[in-house]
Amino acid sequence: MKKVRVLITPKKGLLDPQGRAVQELLRDRGHEVGEVRVGKLLELEVPDSEDVHKLVQKFIINPLIEDYQIEEL
Amino acid sequence: MKFGVCVFPGSNCDYDTYYVIRDVLEREVSLIFHEERNLSGYDVVIVPGGFSFGDYLRPGALASKTPLAQSLYDFAQKGGIVLGICNGFQILTELGLLPGALLPNLSMRFICDQVYLRVENERTRLTRKLEKGELLRIPIAHHDGRYYVPEDELKRMEERGQIIFRYCTEEGEVTESANPNGSVSNIAGVVNREGNVFGMMPHPERASEDILGSHDGLMLWYSLISD
Repeated sequence: MKKVRVLITPKKGLLDPQGRAVQELLRDRGHEVGEVRVGKLLELEVPDSEDVHKLVQKFIINPLIEDYQIEEL
Repeated sequence: MKFGVCVFPGSNCDYDTYYVIRDVLEREVSLIFHEERNLSGYDVVIVPGGFSFGDYLRPGALASKTPLAQSLYDFAQKGGIVLGICNGFQILTELGLLPGALLPNLSMRFICDQVYLRVENERTRLTRKLEKGELLRIPIAHHDGRYYVPEDELKRMEERGQIIFRYCTEEGEVTESANPNGSVSNIAGVVNREGNVFGMMPHPERASEDILGSHDGLMLWYSLISD
């Protein structure tokens, strides 16, 4: 088995109200902060032979609104 | 005409919808559980509101992978009529039966309110008892109702008459302040290209009797059952 992390973020260019709220809070507290995006993190344990990209594209993400990255642990 | 109402774990408008079809419309209706694969015999299938699978991952994401949702896809491909309300609309976009996606409300708050809708296309199976420009007062209750579709696709949808309802003021004006959730172009309801799959965030089943404050939702049901 292998362990992988799937990082999901709102698609580039798409308005992310959560990220904007966090950004505003940090700026209000006096921190210099550029863009903030709030996403999700999944950790999956799958057989070594599993095609994780295929799995993620079919079941996990919505490509219209989300980008993702896969990280092997 | 036989109706079916889908039941996923976490659906919570299933019985309201079932009640309206059985007791107000007096039509044949069954509840269909999420493991069901056989939709033969149904003419109209409603995907009701609620929080299917707890809205985990994304609203509608997990429900769209169930055997029932996959059967619903085939049912729609064969011309069956499908209406998704609220979480049902989210499920139909996740399933790929309707264009676009439903994102968290701009305010990041759950909104439960009466809103006004303007009928944008009256030549559909869901709106044919209405006039273009007619106003409906129907409640919304959602956290993720911000309809999003890329600009080029939106343009094509408008040209094809796929926008059926827009949020508007009491006077029927489509304004930014009448947009409760930040939906692109104030969109509250859409139809697919073929004209047999509908999705809307407002709840017509909660506006089908005067005792509930509005019966404006009735005309949608009457449109569905009219020949």
